[in-house]
Parts: sequence; structure tokens; C-alpha cells
Amino acid sequence: MSTETTKRAKRGVPEGLWKKCPGCNETIYTKTADELLGCCPECNHHFYVSGKERIRQVLDEGTFEEWDADLMPTDPLQFKDKKAYADRIVSEQQRTGLNDAAITGTGMIRARRVALGLTDSAFIMGSMGSVVGERLTRLIERATEQNLPLIIISGSGGGARMHEGILSLMQMAKVSAALARYDNAGGLFISVLTNPTMGGVAASFASLGDVVFAEPRALVGFAGPRTIKATIRIELPEGFQTSEFLLEHGYVDRIVPRDRLKSEIARTIDYCGK
Amino acid sequence: MSSSVQPLPFEQPIVELHQQLAELESGDESSSKDVRSEIKELKKQIADTTQEVFSNLSPWKVVQVARHQNRPYTRDYLQLVFDEFVELHGDRHFGDDRAILTGFAKLDSQRVMVVGHQKGRTVKERTECYFGCAHPEGYRKAMAKMRMAEKYGLPIICFIDTPGAYPGVGAEERGQAWVIAENMYEMSRLKTPIICVVIGEGGSGGALGIGVGDRVAMLEFSYYSVISPEGCAGILWKSHEFAENAAEALKFTSEHLPGLGVVDDVIPEPLGGAHRDHQQMAVQIKQYLTKTLRDLTSTSTEDMLDNRYAKFRAMGKFLEEAEA
Ligand SMILES: [Zn+2]
Repeated sequence: MSTETTKRAKRGVPEGLWKKCPGCNETIYTKTADELLGCCPECNHHFYVSGKERIRQVLDEGTFEEWDADLMPTDPLQFKDKKAYADRIVSEQQRTGLNDAAITGTGMIRARRVALGLTDSAFIMGSMGSVVGERLTRLIERATEQNLPLIIISGSGGGARMHEGILSLMQMAKVSAALARYDNAGGLFISVLTNPTMGGVAASFASLGDVVFAEPRALVGFAGPRTIKATIRIELPEGFQTSEFLLEHGYVDRIVPRDRLKSEIARTIDYCGK
Repeated sequence: MSSSVQPLPFEQPIVELHQQLAELESGDESSSKDVRSEIKELKKQIADTTQEVFSNLSPWKVVQVARHQNRPYTRDYLQLVFDEFVELHGDRHFGDDRAILTGFAKLDSQRVMVVGHQKGRTVKERTECYFGCAHPEGYRKAMAKMRMAEKYGLPIICFIDTPGAYPGVGAEERGQAWVIAENMYEMSRLKTPIICVVIGEGGSGGALGIGVGDRVAMLEFSYYSVISPEGCAGILWKSHEFAENAAEALKFTSEHLPGLGVVDDVIPEPLGGAHRDHQQMAVQIKQYLTKTLRDLTSTSTEDMLDNRYAKFRAMGKFLEEAEA
């Protein structure tokens, strides 16, 4: 993880020994924030953490076994905007050390075996293309077969990945259909929303949890704030599309700070008898 | 075509030929032998020109046709395809979203539930319908009526025609992301046949919110996309002016979608597009629905649900290393 900070420089504040917290505008010592699971010591602002770091935070040490790591993205449409998608995939892979935006597998949470998936918002905005959809679907199907509780931690500013066109859109239906079968089998799905969870990711698996947790102050919604602003031409209300806004409107069950996430998941699994 | 609607720029040659024809037909000598043969020649020319223009539409032109103001909407098909439509308005939560119509209908003697986006023809209706952009209450109404259809054994027919789900404060407050997710989730397991037809614009999650079915068809000049060409251009090209490039890149027309495994069938449009002949388009759609319903109702519910799952399960393209 040591190279992570330099690689991550493009996303958010420039990182180094010190960083500026967007929550309180204080300059804080990066190492202190890291020790607090990526949270600000002054205001508890939740910084981005990588998928690998998430797994470290949520699962019992050394228990993670990755599934379907050999799935690789391809370029079904030969899509090219200012840059060819095929080249974009390679540069994103080099920049993030991931081969696509989702990581899935199994591991233990306080000695409870679970199926765990996440999307890392660093890889093409955490958008869902075919690999993300396929990895999550296989994860859900295995959770169904093996009767495992399912946890998916979402982070995606991009929603459905444009570069794979309609195939990305259809991943929303594919993953949702897999979740319906998991539900038919009596499975427990805990969805964890992190900053940001937008568009087609919000409008599919992220919303379908039996229990929905959200990190404090995460941006979560269907349409992007800029799109909404351009459409309705009014200032958006304070706190619009945050975790707290969604809790207030009945779409989130609990706001869970990062340091409580592991124990809250374990407790929910126990309450549901899974 | 009604004269109040401007023809699309590429339709101009066809429109001019039609004007020439109208002049000849209304002229004093319209019954003379020479003029009659000229009329005959002109009609052939119109057919040839229309054929030529429409057999070669770029994706961006397809978008223009799909959005054509004279294109038939769900409400038109409710009149032209079905013998009766009994609208059911209630979503039981918030209000009646005019951007989605739901109700009982009769396809000949077959009782069905129809769910469809409605864009609106007049300015007033367009405003009421938010140009076919549904709010959460529209998706909730759709789901409530689809559940009812399941309960009473009615097949479901969905007409998709939306630029996208509505982006607004109220829509977010009332769970736009949640209702779209929930609809896909439930549609994937509803125990009744579902046929979805993209009749114009298949705009992203707003389309998919009523788009999970046993068969998904699209009209020849409709499009079905992860994002609007303008939206895609704005994000990836940093300017809406590149919408035409985005339309090319997204491969969202009936030329590509069957090959990508997303659309099962393409329903051909009348010469020059559905907006030129609503009646003929309705005939084509009715034929398709009748035939497809017959296929689906001859399958057991269990097999139908397995096939539905397998169809969406197979969507997506990726590389996988052969297992060692
Ligand atoms: Zn802070």
C-alpha cells in the first residue's frame, strides 16, 4: 500500500505527509488519518480508502480469499472518445493496481464467514461495466449456493460505465436479478454506501440491501447534482443527497462511521441468525 | 405528417417531393394522361428516396427519428393496437405520475396489463408528462400494477420511451435510485410473461426500470442506451456538441443491440419511419405481441423464469483466463 498515496494524488487533495481535510479545512497529518481508518482526527471526515484497505478494515486479518480475479475487462464496442477505452483500461490498471473496479471474495468478519464485494471508486470512477457486473453476480450466486451472508460496499461516482455502452446498463439488471434469487433463498444482504454512490450503481445493487448502511456524509443518489441543477435551475438544498438526507427520507437504515462498520455488520448477521 | 411539425433536415428531399406531388394532384390537368404518368413516376421517386434516406441512417439520425414529435407514443398504441384500455392511476404512495401509464388492455381476446412511458403530444401534455421522464411514483405505480398482473395471471406489456428518469430534488427525496433497482429486482421474478418494447427512446435506468422481461424488442429506429448521446458527449468529450460522435461510439441502435445480446427482436418500421404511418406501425407491433405472447404462454412458469434469468445473466463481455 506504500505507493498508494502517490498514485492517488489525482483524486481529491494532493497527498503526502500532510493533507488538507475538506470537512474542516484543517491540515492534518496523513499518518494520523490512516491510523483512524482514513478519517479526520479533527472532524471525522471520511476520506477515500482503496478497496484493498477496505478489505483490511472489514475482514479478520488474513482471511480474505479473492474470487474471479482472472476476469479482465475488454472493449466490446471498440469505444473511443478523446481516448480509446482499450488504452484507458490499461492506464487505469497501471494507476490503481486493480484490473477493474470490483473486488469480490470470501472472508471472515469476527469469525463469521461472509461473501464480500466492493467497488473501488478509483478505477474509472468505480463505474460498473461487464467485469464489475459479472464479479458481483458470481459473488451473489456463490453466496446463494453456500448460504453466506452477503456484504457489498459501494463506491462509484460513475454508475454504469459508458465505455461499454448498453452492456454496462444491463449489468444493473443482471446483478439485481441475482439478488432476487439470493433473496428467494433467504439470504441476508447488507449494502454499505460510501462516498460517492451514484447513478446505475445506486440504482441497482446498492439500493437492494435487506439492511442499508451508509458512511457519514457520503454522496448518494441517482442523478448527479450538476445534472439536477442544470435541469431544474434552482440551488440544491443543504445536505442534499447525503447519507443523512437519505436516512431522513427513509432509504438508509443506519449511518455507520467507519470504525463501527465491522462490529455493526457482525451484529446484524447475528440478529438475522445467519 | 401534420404540417405543424418541422421535418427533420435529412427528410427535406422527401418533403419536397411530396409537395411536388401535392401540386400535381391538385392542379387543373391532374387527370390528363401526361400528368398522371408524371404522378406515377413521382410516387416511385418518393418511395425510392425515402427508402434510400432511411436505409442508411446514422446513429445520430436514428436518435432524431426516435425523438420525432410525430412518432407514435404509448397512448397511440393503446388506441391502435388494443381493443380497450382501462387506465389504473394509483401508486398508493404519493401521486399519479403522468409519465407512466398503466392499466388493463385487450389484445384481441387476450387480457393484459400495459405499462408504458408517455411523452405527451401537446405542449400541455408534454409538461404534465415531464417529456416522458418518470418520477419514483411512476415506477411505483408500474410495480404495483405489475404485481397485480401477476396475481391475476395477466401478461405484462411494457412500452419504453423515455429520455431518462427525471433528475430532480423530489425524485431524489422519494428514492429514484431505489425504485428503479426494486423494479428490476421484482420484474426478474414476477411469475407472469413480460414483453418489453422500446418504441422510441430507451434512456438508461429510466428505461430499464420497466425493462426486464422475457422478451425485449425494439423498433427499427429506436435506440437504447446507457446514457443520452448529449450526456455522454458532455462527460467524455467535455461538450454537448460532440453528441453525434457519442451516438456513433455508443452503438445503441437496432443495428448493434441484437448482436450484443441485449435485444431479442427488432420490429421493422414502415417506409420512412413510424411517424409516417402510425397505423402500419401498430399492425407490426400487434403481430409481434400476439406471436410472442403465444410463445411465452406455451412455456411453463418455471422454465420461463429460468430463461428470463439466463437471458440477463449472459449479458456482458469480458475476458477470462482458461482455468489451469
Ligand atoms: Zn476534518
